[in-house]
Amino acid sequence: MRLIATPFIVATTATSAFAAEGGFPPFDSHTFAGQIFWLVITFGLLYVLMSKVALPRIGSILEERQGTIDTALAAASKAQTAAEAEAAALEQALVKAKTNAQAIASEASAKSAKEIDAKRHAVESDLSAKMVAAEASITATKAKAMANVTDIAKEAASAMIERLTGKAPTAAAVGKAFSAASGE
Amino acid sequence: MASGNEIDPMHQFEINKIVDLHFLGHDISFTNSSLWMVIVVAVVSLITLVGTSSRSIVPGRLQTLAEMAYEFVANLLTGVTGKEGMRFFPLVFSLFMFVLTANFLGLIPGAFTVTSHIIITACFALLVIGTVIVAGVANHGSHFLHLFVPSGLPGWLLPFIVLIEIISFLSRPISLALRLFGNMLAGHVALKLFGAFTVGLLGAGAASVLAPLPLITAVALTALEFLVAFLQAYVFTILTCVYLNDALHPGH
Repeated sequence: MRLIATPFIVATTATSAFAAEGGFPPFDSHTFAGQIFWLVITFGLLYVLMSKVALPRIGSILEERQGTIDTALAAASKAQTAAEAEAAALEQALVKAKTNAQAIASEASAKSAKEIDAKRHAVESDLSAKMVAAEASITATKAKAMANVTDIAKEAASAMIERLTGKAPTAAAVGKAFSAASGE
Repeated sequence: MASGNEIDPMHQFEINKIVDLHFLGHDISFTNSSLWMVIVVAVVSLITLVGTSSRSIVPGRLQTLAEMAYEFVANLLTGVTGKEGMRFFPLVFSLFMFVLTANFLGLIPGAFTVTSHIIITACFALLVIGTVIVAGVANHGSHFLHLFVPSGLPGWLLPFIVLIEIISFLSRPISLALRLFGNMLAGHVALKLFGAFTVGLLGAGAASVLAPLPLITAVALTALEFLVAFLQAYVFTILTCVYLNDALHPGH
Protein backbone atom coordinates (compact mmCIF):
# COMPACT_ATOMS: atom_id res chain seq x y z
CA MET A 1 0.00 0.00 0.00
CA ARG A 2 1.40 3.31 -0.94
CA LEU A 3 0.53 6.49 0.82
CA ILE A 4 -1.33 8.94 -1.31
CA ALA A 5 -1.86 12.63 -0.77
CA THR A 6 -5.26 12.80 -2.35
CA PRO A 7 -7.80 10.51 -0.72
CA PHE A 8 -9.23 9.39 -4.01
CA ILE A 9 -7.29 8.40 -7.09
CA VAL A 10 -8.69 7.09 -10.32
CA ALA A 11 -6.39 5.51 -12.83
CA THR A 12 -7.58 3.53 -15.79
CA THR A 13 -5.07 0.85 -16.50
CA ALA A 14 -5.45 -1.95 -18.92
CA THR A 15 -6.81 -4.97 -17.04
CA SER A 16 -4.16 -5.45 -14.45
CA ALA A 17 -4.92 -8.63 -12.59
CA PHE A 18 -4.55 -9.38 -8.93
CA ALA A 19 -4.00 -12.91 -10.06
CA ALA A 20 -0.55 -12.09 -11.24
CA GLU A 21 0.37 -12.22 -7.57
CA GLY A 22 -0.48 -15.92 -7.70
CA GLY A 23 -2.32 -18.16 -5.26
CA PHE A 24 -5.89 -19.22 -4.83
CA PRO A 25 -8.02 -16.27 -6.05
CA PRO A 26 -10.81 -16.49 -3.44
CA PHE A 27 -8.23 -16.31 -0.65
CA ASP A 28 -6.31 -13.38 -2.15
CA SER A 29 -6.80 -10.75 0.55
CA HIS A 30 -5.79 -7.92 -1.79
CA THR A 31 -9.15 -8.19 -3.48
CA PHE A 32 -11.17 -8.18 -0.25
CA ALA A 33 -11.45 -4.43 0.25
CA GLY A 34 -12.59 -3.85 -3.29
CA GLN A 35 -15.12 -6.70 -3.20
CA ILE A 36 -16.54 -5.53 0.13
CA PHE A 37 -16.72 -1.96 -1.16
CA TRP A 38 -18.62 -2.89 -4.31
CA LEU A 39 -20.78 -5.41 -2.51
CA VAL A 40 -21.85 -2.74 0.00
CA ILE A 41 -22.67 -0.36 -2.85
CA THR A 42 -24.50 -2.84 -5.08
CA PHE A 43 -26.28 -4.75 -2.31
CA GLY A 44 -27.11 -1.49 -0.57
CA LEU A 45 -28.61 -0.18 -3.78
CA LEU A 46 -30.53 -3.42 -4.28
CA TYR A 47 -31.82 -3.28 -0.69
CA VAL A 48 -33.01 0.30 -1.11
CA LEU A 49 -34.65 -0.46 -4.46
CA MET A 50 -36.37 -3.55 -3.09
CA SER A 51 -37.52 -2.14 0.24
CA LYS A 52 -38.59 1.29 -1.05
CA VAL A 53 -39.96 0.52 -4.51
CA ALA A 54 -40.21 -3.07 -5.67
CA LEU A 55 -41.60 -4.89 -2.64
CA PRO A 56 -44.28 -2.32 -1.72
CA ARG A 57 -45.31 -2.28 -5.37
CA ILE A 58 -45.52 -6.07 -5.71
CA GLY A 59 -47.27 -6.25 -2.36
CA SER A 60 -49.88 -3.73 -3.48
CA ILE A 61 -50.31 -5.55 -6.80
CA LEU A 62 -50.94 -8.83 -4.99
CA GLU A 63 -53.28 -7.15 -2.52
CA GLU A 64 -55.18 -5.45 -5.31
CA ARG A 65 -55.50 -8.74 -7.17
CA GLN A 66 -56.68 -10.48 -4.01
CA GLY A 67 -59.20 -7.68 -3.60
CA THR A 68 -60.39 -8.07 -7.19
CA ILE A 69 -60.67 -11.82 -6.79
CA ASP A 70 -62.51 -11.49 -3.48
CA THR A 71 -64.94 -8.97 -4.93
CA ALA A 72 -65.56 -11.17 -7.95
CA LEU A 73 -66.04 -14.21 -5.73
CA ALA A 74 -68.44 -12.34 -3.47
CA ALA A 75 -70.40 -11.16 -6.51
CA ALA A 76 -70.46 -14.68 -7.89
CA SER A 77 -71.68 -16.20 -4.63
CA LYS A 78 -74.32 -13.48 -4.36
CA ALA A 79 -75.48 -14.22 -7.89
CA GLN A 80 -75.55 -17.90 -7.05
CA THR A 81 -77.65 -17.30 -3.95
CA ALA A 82 -80.04 -15.19 -6.02
CA ALA A 83 -80.24 -17.87 -8.69
CA GLU A 84 -80.88 -20.52 -6.05
CA ALA A 85 -83.67 -18.43 -4.53
CA GLU A 86 -85.17 -17.96 -7.97
CA ALA A 87 -84.96 -21.67 -8.63
CA ALA A 88 -86.66 -22.39 -5.31
CA ALA A 89 -89.43 -19.92 -6.15
CA LEU A 90 -89.85 -21.55 -9.52
CA GLU A 91 -90.05 -24.96 -7.91
CA GLN A 92 -92.69 -23.70 -5.53
CA ALA A 93 -94.70 -22.23 -8.37
CA LEU A 94 -94.42 -25.52 -10.21
CA VAL A 95 -95.64 -27.47 -7.19
CA LYS A 96 -98.54 -25.05 -6.79
CA ALA A 97 -99.47 -25.34 -10.45
CA LYS A 98 -99.33 -29.11 -10.21
CA THR A 99 -101.63 -29.13 -7.17
CA ASN A 100 -103.99 -26.78 -8.97
CA ALA A 101 -104.01 -28.96 -12.02
CA GLN A 102 -104.69 -32.01 -9.91
CA ALA A 103 -107.60 -30.29 -8.15
CA ILE A 104 -109.07 -29.22 -11.47
CA ALA A 105 -108.68 -32.68 -12.89
CA SER A 106 -110.29 -34.41 -9.92
CA GLU A 107 -113.10 -31.88 -9.91
CA ALA A 108 -113.69 -32.47 -13.60
CA SER A 109 -113.69 -36.21 -13.18
CA ALA A 110 -116.09 -35.99 -10.25
CA LYS A 111 -118.38 -33.80 -12.28
CA SER A 112 -118.31 -36.06 -15.27
CA ALA A 113 -118.92 -39.11 -13.07
CA LYS A 114 -121.99 -37.38 -11.61
CA GLU A 115 -123.25 -36.54 -15.04
CA ILE A 116 -122.77 -40.06 -16.26
CA ASP A 117 -124.52 -41.34 -13.16
CA ALA A 118 -127.44 -39.08 -13.74
CA LYS A 119 -127.70 -40.09 -17.36
CA ARG A 120 -127.54 -43.72 -16.43
CA HIS A 121 -130.29 -43.22 -13.85
CA ALA A 122 -132.41 -41.51 -16.45
CA VAL A 123 -131.86 -44.27 -18.95
CA GLU A 124 -132.50 -46.93 -16.32
CA SER A 125 -135.77 -45.37 -15.15
CA ASP A 126 -136.78 -44.95 -18.76
CA LEU A 127 -136.02 -48.57 -19.41
CA SER A 128 -137.91 -49.78 -16.38
CA ALA A 129 -140.88 -47.65 -17.36
CA LYS A 130 -140.81 -49.23 -20.81
CA MET A 131 -140.53 -52.64 -19.20
CA VAL A 132 -143.59 -51.96 -17.06
CA ALA A 133 -145.47 -50.81 -20.15
CA ALA A 134 -144.37 -53.89 -22.04
CA GLU A 135 -145.44 -56.15 -19.18
CA ALA A 136 -148.82 -54.41 -19.11
CA SER A 137 -149.20 -54.88 -22.83
CA ILE A 138 -148.22 -58.55 -22.46
CA THR A 139 -150.83 -59.02 -19.74
CA ALA A 140 -153.47 -57.29 -21.87
CA THR A 141 -152.60 -59.40 -24.89
CA LYS A 142 -152.69 -62.49 -22.70
CA ALA A 143 -156.16 -61.62 -21.38
CA LYS A 144 -157.35 -60.91 -24.88
CA ALA A 145 -155.90 -64.18 -26.03
CA MET A 146 -157.61 -65.97 -23.17
CA ALA A 147 -160.91 -64.38 -24.20
CA ASN A 148 -160.34 -65.54 -27.72
CA VAL A 149 -159.61 -69.03 -26.40
CA THR A 150 -163.02 -69.06 -24.71
CA ASP A 151 -164.71 -68.04 -27.94
CA ILE A 152 -162.81 -70.73 -29.85
CA ALA A 153 -163.70 -73.35 -27.26
CA LYS A 154 -167.39 -72.27 -27.39
CA GLU A 155 -167.36 -72.55 -31.13
CA ALA A 156 -165.62 -75.91 -30.96
CA ALA A 157 -168.05 -77.13 -28.32
CA SER A 158 -171.08 -76.01 -30.31
CA ALA A 159 -169.61 -77.66 -33.42
CA MET A 160 -169.04 -80.91 -31.54
CA ILE A 161 -172.58 -80.86 -30.09
CA GLU A 162 -174.04 -80.17 -33.52
CA ARG A 163 -172.19 -83.20 -34.85
CA LEU A 164 -173.33 -85.37 -32.01
CA THR A 165 -176.87 -84.24 -31.82
CA GLY A 166 -177.41 -82.94 -35.25
CA LYS A 167 -178.70 -79.75 -33.74
CA ALA A 168 -176.65 -76.74 -32.84
CA PRO A 169 -177.09 -75.51 -29.30
CA THR A 170 -177.86 -71.89 -28.73
CA ALA A 171 -175.07 -69.57 -27.87
CA ALA A 172 -176.66 -68.84 -24.54
CA ALA A 173 -176.75 -72.48 -23.61
CA VAL A 174 -173.10 -72.90 -24.47
CA GLY A 175 -172.19 -69.79 -22.57
CA LYS A 176 -174.20 -71.05 -19.59
CA ALA A 177 -172.46 -74.41 -19.69
CA PHE A 178 -168.99 -72.78 -20.03
CA SER A 179 -169.47 -70.43 -17.17
CA ALA A 180 -170.82 -73.33 -15.11
CA ALA A 181 -167.73 -75.37 -15.99
CA SER A 182 -165.25 -72.61 -15.44
CA GLY A 183 -167.01 -71.10 -12.47
CA GLU A 184 -167.54 -74.59 -10.72
CA MET B 1 0.04 -21.27 -11.19
CA ALA B 2 -0.19 -23.58 -14.13
CA SER B 3 0.50 -21.96 -17.43
CA GLY B 4 0.07 -22.56 -21.14
CA ASN B 5 -2.16 -25.40 -22.31
CA GLU B 6 -2.57 -26.97 -18.92
CA ILE B 7 -5.94 -27.02 -17.25
CA ASP B 8 -6.32 -24.15 -14.83
CA PRO B 9 -9.67 -24.49 -13.05
CA MET B 10 -8.87 -21.49 -10.83
CA HIS B 11 -8.59 -19.07 -13.72
CA GLN B 12 -12.34 -18.45 -13.71
CA PHE B 13 -12.17 -17.11 -10.15
CA GLU B 14 -9.49 -14.54 -10.86
CA ILE B 15 -10.41 -10.96 -10.24
CA ASN B 16 -9.32 -8.52 -12.93
CA LYS B 17 -9.37 -4.78 -12.65
CA ILE B 18 -11.42 -2.88 -15.15
CA VAL B 19 -11.08 0.59 -13.62
CA ASP B 20 -8.30 1.19 -11.12
CA LEU B 21 -9.63 2.96 -8.04
CA HIS B 22 -7.98 3.76 -4.72
CA PHE B 23 -9.54 5.25 -1.62
CA LEU B 24 -7.54 6.09 1.49
CA GLY B 25 -4.94 3.53 0.64
CA HIS B 26 -7.46 0.79 -0.12
CA ASP B 27 -7.67 -0.78 -3.53
CA ILE B 28 -11.32 -0.47 -4.46
CA SER B 29 -10.89 -0.95 -8.18
CA PHE B 30 -13.92 -1.69 -10.31
CA THR B 31 -13.27 -5.30 -11.27
CA ASN B 32 -15.00 -8.09 -13.15
CA SER B 33 -16.47 -9.06 -9.77
CA SER B 34 -17.89 -5.55 -9.32
CA LEU B 35 -19.21 -5.63 -12.87
CA TRP B 36 -21.13 -8.82 -12.20
CA MET B 37 -22.50 -7.43 -8.95
CA VAL B 38 -23.83 -4.50 -10.96
CA ILE B 39 -25.29 -6.92 -13.52
CA VAL B 40 -26.94 -8.90 -10.71
CA VAL B 41 -28.58 -5.75 -9.35
CA ALA B 42 -29.58 -4.77 -12.89
CA VAL B 43 -31.19 -8.16 -13.55
CA VAL B 44 -33.04 -8.22 -10.24
CA SER B 45 -34.20 -4.66 -10.83
CA LEU B 46 -35.34 -5.56 -14.32
CA ILE B 47 -37.51 -8.34 -12.96
CA THR B 48 -38.88 -6.60 -9.87
CA LEU B 49 -39.05 -3.00 -11.07
CA VAL B 50 -39.45 -2.96 -14.84
CA GLY B 51 -41.50 -6.15 -14.76
CA THR B 52 -44.01 -4.70 -12.30
CA SER B 53 -44.16 -1.18 -13.72
CA SER B 54 -47.50 -1.79 -15.43
CA ARG B 55 -49.04 -3.08 -12.15
CA SER B 56 -51.39 -5.25 -14.16
CA ILE B 57 -54.01 -7.40 -12.48
CA VAL B 58 -53.25 -10.13 -15.02
CA PRO B 59 -49.45 -10.23 -14.92
CA GLY B 60 -47.02 -10.57 -17.81
CA ARG B 61 -43.97 -12.81 -17.75
CA LEU B 62 -41.59 -10.63 -15.77
CA GLN B 63 -44.30 -9.60 -13.34
CA THR B 64 -45.22 -13.24 -12.80
CA LEU B 65 -41.58 -13.95 -12.05
CA ALA B 66 -41.40 -11.05 -9.61
CA GLU B 67 -44.63 -12.12 -7.90
CA MET B 68 -43.46 -15.72 -7.67
CA ALA B 69 -40.21 -14.62 -6.04
CA TYR B 70 -42.11 -12.32 -3.69
CA GLU B 71 -44.56 -14.99 -2.59
CA PHE B 72 -41.88 -17.66 -2.40
CA VAL B 73 -39.70 -15.62 -0.02
CA ALA B 74 -42.69 -14.27 1.88
CA ASN B 75 -44.05 -17.78 2.47
CA LEU B 76 -40.61 -18.98 3.48
CA LEU B 77 -40.16 -16.16 5.96
CA THR B 78 -43.63 -16.27 7.51
CA GLY B 79 -43.48 -20.07 7.57
CA VAL B 80 -40.40 -19.99 9.77
CA THR B 81 -40.77 -16.81 11.81
CA GLY B 82 -44.48 -16.07 11.69
CA LYS B 83 -46.12 -12.80 10.69
CA GLU B 84 -43.76 -10.58 12.72
CA GLY B 85 -40.83 -11.79 10.62
CA MET B 86 -42.13 -9.71 7.70
CA ARG B 87 -40.17 -6.83 9.22
CA PHE B 88 -37.08 -8.48 7.76
CA PHE B 89 -38.71 -9.22 4.43
CA PRO B 90 -36.79 -6.61 2.37
CA LEU B 91 -33.48 -7.92 3.72
CA VAL B 92 -34.33 -11.59 3.19
CA PHE B 93 -35.79 -10.91 -0.24
CA SER B 94 -32.74 -8.88 -1.33
CA LEU B 95 -30.42 -11.59 -0.03
CA PHE B 96 -32.30 -14.35 -1.80
CA MET B 97 -32.54 -12.49 -5.09
CA PHE B 98 -28.91 -11.38 -5.02
CA VAL B 99 -27.53 -14.83 -4.20
CA LEU B 100 -29.89 -16.64 -6.58
CA THR B 101 -29.20 -14.29 -9.46
CA ALA B 102 -25.44 -14.31 -8.84
CA ASN B 103 -25.46 -18.13 -8.75
CA PHE B 104 -27.47 -18.41 -11.96
CA LEU B 105 -25.54 -15.74 -13.86
CA GLY B 106 -22.32 -17.50 -12.86
CA LEU B 107 -23.47 -20.47 -14.94
CA ILE B 108 -23.23 -18.44 -18.14
CA PRO B 109 -20.01 -19.55 -19.82
CA GLY B 110 -17.35 -16.90 -19.31
CA ALA B 111 -19.28 -15.17 -16.55
CA PHE B 112 -17.83 -14.42 -13.15
CA THR B 113 -19.56 -15.97 -10.15
CA VAL B 114 -19.78 -13.32 -7.44
CA THR B 115 -20.78 -15.86 -4.80
CA SER B 116 -17.74 -18.06 -5.47
CA HIS B 117 -15.61 -15.71 -3.37
CA ILE B 118 -15.55 -16.32 0.35
CA ILE B 119 -15.33 -12.65 1.24
CA ILE B 120 -18.73 -12.08 -0.40
CA THR B 121 -20.45 -15.00 1.30
CA ALA B 122 -18.76 -14.02 4.59
CA CYS B 123 -20.13 -10.49 4.27
CA PHE B 124 -23.63 -11.89 3.74
CA ALA B 125 -23.25 -14.24 6.70
CA LEU B 126 -22.04 -11.40 8.92
CA LEU B 127 -24.91 -9.24 7.72
CA VAL B 128 -27.38 -11.97 8.69
CA ILE B 129 -25.84 -12.71 12.08
CA GLY B 130 -25.35 -8.98 12.74
CA THR B 131 -29.03 -8.41 11.99
CA VAL B 132 -29.96 -11.29 14.30
CA ILE B 133 -27.89 -9.85 17.18
CA VAL B 134 -29.02 -6.25 16.70
CA ALA B 135 -32.67 -7.18 16.25
CA GLY B 136 -32.51 -9.68 19.12
CA VAL B 137 -31.02 -7.18 21.57
CA ALA B 138 -33.33 -4.41 20.35
CA ASN B 139 -36.39 -6.60 20.79
CA HIS B 140 -35.57 -8.47 23.94
CA GLY B 141 -32.62 -6.68 25.57
CA SER B 142 -30.72 -8.96 27.90
CA HIS B 143 -33.48 -11.51 27.52
CA PHE B 144 -31.93 -12.26 24.12
CA LEU B 145 -29.12 -14.03 26.02
CA HIS B 146 -31.66 -16.70 26.97
CA LEU B 147 -30.89 -18.02 23.51
CA PHE B 148 -27.77 -19.47 25.08
CA VAL B 149 -29.43 -20.66 28.28
CA PRO B 150 -32.06 -23.32 27.72
CA SER B 151 -34.57 -23.41 30.55
CA GLY B 152 -35.05 -26.38 32.88
CA LEU B 153 -31.45 -27.55 33.05
CA PRO B 154 -29.66 -28.80 36.15
CA GLY B 155 -27.16 -26.20 37.39
CA TRP B 156 -24.01 -28.29 36.93
CA LEU B 157 -24.84 -28.89 33.27
CA LEU B 158 -25.40 -25.21 32.54
CA PRO B 159 -21.80 -24.14 31.82
CA PHE B 160 -21.35 -26.91 29.26
CA ILE B 161 -24.63 -26.24 27.53
CA VAL B 162 -24.03 -22.50 27.45
CA LEU B 163 -20.58 -23.13 25.97
CA ILE B 164 -22.05 -25.44 23.33
CA GLU B 165 -24.81 -22.94 22.53
CA ILE B 166 -22.26 -20.15 22.11
CA ILE B 167 -20.09 -22.28 19.84
CA SER B 168 -23.16 -23.29 17.86
CA PHE B 169 -24.18 -19.66 17.52
CA LEU B 170 -20.71 -18.58 16.40
CA SER B 171 -20.42 -21.40 13.91
CA ARG B 172 -23.60 -20.27 12.18
CA PRO B 173 -22.07 -17.46 10.12
CA ILE B 174 -19.05 -19.63 9.35
CA SER B 175 -21.16 -22.50 8.03
CA LEU B 176 -23.44 -20.05 6.24
CA ALA B 177 -20.49 -18.47 4.44
CA LEU B 178 -18.56 -21.65 3.74
CA ARG B 179 -21.54 -23.62 2.44
CA LEU B 180 -22.41 -21.16 -0.30
CA PHE B 181 -18.79 -20.43 -1.17
CA GLY B 182 -17.81 -24.12 -1.24
CA ASN B 183 -20.75 -25.20 -3.34
CA MET B 184 -20.26 -22.49 -5.94
CA LEU B 185 -16.50 -23.01 -6.08
CA ALA B 186 -16.61 -26.80 -6.28
CA GLY B 187 -19.33 -26.86 -8.90
CA HIS B 188 -17.51 -24.47 -11.18
CA VAL B 189 -14.20 -26.28 -10.71
CA ALA B 190 -15.83 -29.60 -11.60
CA LEU B 191 -17.50 -28.11 -14.68
CA LYS B 192 -14.23 -26.59 -15.83
CA LEU B 193 -12.32 -29.83 -15.27
CA PHE B 194 -14.74 -31.99 -17.24
CA GLY B 195 -14.92 -29.38 -20.00
CA ALA B 196 -11.15 -29.19 -20.25
CA PHE B 197 -10.91 -32.97 -20.10
CA THR B 198 -13.22 -33.24 -23.11
CA VAL B 199 -11.13 -30.78 -25.09
CA GLY B 200 -7.94 -32.56 -24.01
CA LEU B 201 -9.25 -35.96 -25.11
CA LEU B 202 -10.33 -34.59 -28.50
CA GLY B 203 -6.75 -33.61 -29.21
CA ALA B 204 -5.33 -36.93 -28.03
CA GLY B 205 -5.51 -38.99 -31.22
CA ALA B 206 -7.17 -42.40 -30.80
CA ALA B 207 -8.30 -41.55 -27.28
CA SER B 208 -10.59 -38.90 -28.75
CA VAL B 209 -13.35 -41.53 -29.12
CA LEU B 210 -13.67 -41.29 -25.34
CA ALA B 211 -14.26 -37.54 -25.48
CA PRO B 212 -18.09 -37.82 -25.31
CA LEU B 213 -17.86 -39.38 -21.84
CA PRO B 214 -16.60 -36.30 -19.99
CA LEU B 215 -18.82 -34.19 -22.24
CA ILE B 216 -21.91 -36.08 -21.09
CA THR B 217 -20.71 -35.70 -17.52
CA ALA B 218 -20.23 -31.98 -18.05
CA VAL B 219 -23.77 -31.65 -19.44
CA ALA B 220 -25.20 -33.58 -16.51
CA LEU B 221 -23.12 -31.50 -14.11
CA THR B 222 -24.45 -28.32 -15.69
CA ALA B 223 -27.99 -29.46 -14.94
CA LEU B 224 -26.92 -30.34 -11.42
CA GLU B 225 -25.30 -26.93 -11.04
CA PHE B 226 -28.55 -25.22 -11.94
CA LEU B 227 -30.19 -27.18 -9.14
CA VAL B 228 -27.34 -26.35 -6.77
CA ALA B 229 -27.51 -22.67 -7.74
CA PHE B 230 -31.16 -22.54 -6.68
CA LEU B 231 -30.74 -24.87 -3.73
CA GLN B 232 -27.89 -22.90 -2.19
CA ALA B 233 -29.77 -19.65 -2.50
CA TYR B 234 -32.76 -21.40 -0.92
CA VAL B 235 -30.69 -22.92 1.89
CA PHE B 236 -29.00 -19.59 2.58
CA THR B 237 -32.39 -17.90 2.74
CA ILE B 238 -34.12 -20.47 4.92
CA LEU B 239 -31.21 -20.54 7.36
CA THR B 240 -31.37 -16.75 7.47
CA CYS B 241 -35.06 -17.10 8.36
CA VAL B 242 -34.27 -19.67 11.06
CA TYR B 243 -31.63 -17.42 12.61
CA LEU B 244 -33.91 -14.39 12.43
CA ASN B 245 -36.52 -16.46 14.22
CA ASP B 246 -34.07 -16.66 17.14
CA ALA B 247 -33.90 -12.88 17.20
CA LEU B 248 -37.70 -12.73 17.34
CA HIS B 249 -38.30 -15.62 19.71
CA PRO B 250 -35.20 -16.29 21.81
CA GLY B 251 -35.27 -19.17 24.25
CA HIS B 252 -35.97 -22.72 23.21
